[in-house]
Amino acid sequence: MARRIPLGVVVAVALALAVGLGLAVSPYASSSPDGLERVAETHGFIDQGQVHRVQDGSPIPDYAFPGIDDPRLATGLAGFVGTLGVFLVAFGVAYTLRRLRARPAAPRAG
Amino acid sequence: MHIPDGFLSNDVAAVAAVPAVAAVAYGLRRASSALDERRVPLLGVTAAFIFAVQMLNFPVAGGTSGHLLGAALAAILLGPWLACVVMAVVLTAQCFVFADGGVTALGANDLNMGVIGALVVGFGVVWALKVLPPGRATYLATAGVGAWMAVMLGATACAIELGVSGTVPFATVLPAMLGVHALIGIGEAVITVAAVSAVLAARPDLLTVAPREGRRFAPAPAGGV
Repeated sequence: MARRIPLGVVVAVALALAVGLGLAVSPYASSSPDGLERVAETHGFIDQGQVHRVQDGSPIPDYAFPGIDDPRLATGLAGFVGTLGVFLVAFGVAYTLRRLRARPAAPRAG
Repeated sequence: MHIPDGFLSNDVAAVAAVPAVAAVAYGLRRASSALDERRVPLLGVTAAFIFAVQMLNFPVAGGTSGHLLGAALAAILLGPWLACVVMAVVLTAQCFVFADGGVTALGANDLNMGVIGALVVGFGVVWALKVLPPGRATYLATAGVGAWMAVMLGATACAIELGVSGTVPFATVLPAMLGVHALIGIGEAVITVAAVSAVLAARPDLLTVAPREGRRFAPAPAGGV
């Protein structure tokens, strides 16, 4: 019978792996167009793509941390910040949803 | 497979957003019963892992790349409805923080890359595991096939949206999308199976879509030997 690895350890290791991938591996990811972009190039509708004006103010456009000249460093930093940020947001959403559960809502079946 | 703004007509973008919003809203409601204590950190780390690995484009044929979508992995870890919530968090962050995927196309992107995969794998794999023989190999193979299907169905939905929008003829874009995503889907399957194997080895009880236990169906040992 194997000992159970504590949940906190599993989460910490998985988060460290995710942050490490976002920081150190993302700069070496393929920069080729993805499947949809390739299809759009081949079939001549790639130029219809636009950046919404809401996205003009994106904090980290195109996964490049602003103000960093080295593109690999800029991508790695974007991956680091993004991965941690997504963890915090998703954790916060889940934490809030669980808190709401404790407060009994209007009775409903199930 | 992030659709930028301008690829879809407003009508198509709006219609595609309806099932996406509905699934995420239902996921948020279901969270009250599905989110036990341990799934709170698990949901956070699943979203973070999917975000990070989505950045890791791997090359497929002919100067084209692909990346994990992650809905299949999220569905196996957390079930279909929490997976919808996870994918909505990831795709919304990508849209507004990283300008990846259009704002008006966010609903369509969530449908294609999140909801479809989450529901197909969250329900389809569960069903398949009931009818297939039990065991680890069957489980992992089913997860892999589910991940590949999630990508192919997402690519199909994307092709339908582009076709109905009048951006490109459906008969042209469907085979093109399916052709390239058949390869990208293999990457999705490999990453999904690797991640699920790791959790299966470390803490199998954390898998919401779990392998069927072979033991349950084995004959009881006779005579206490």
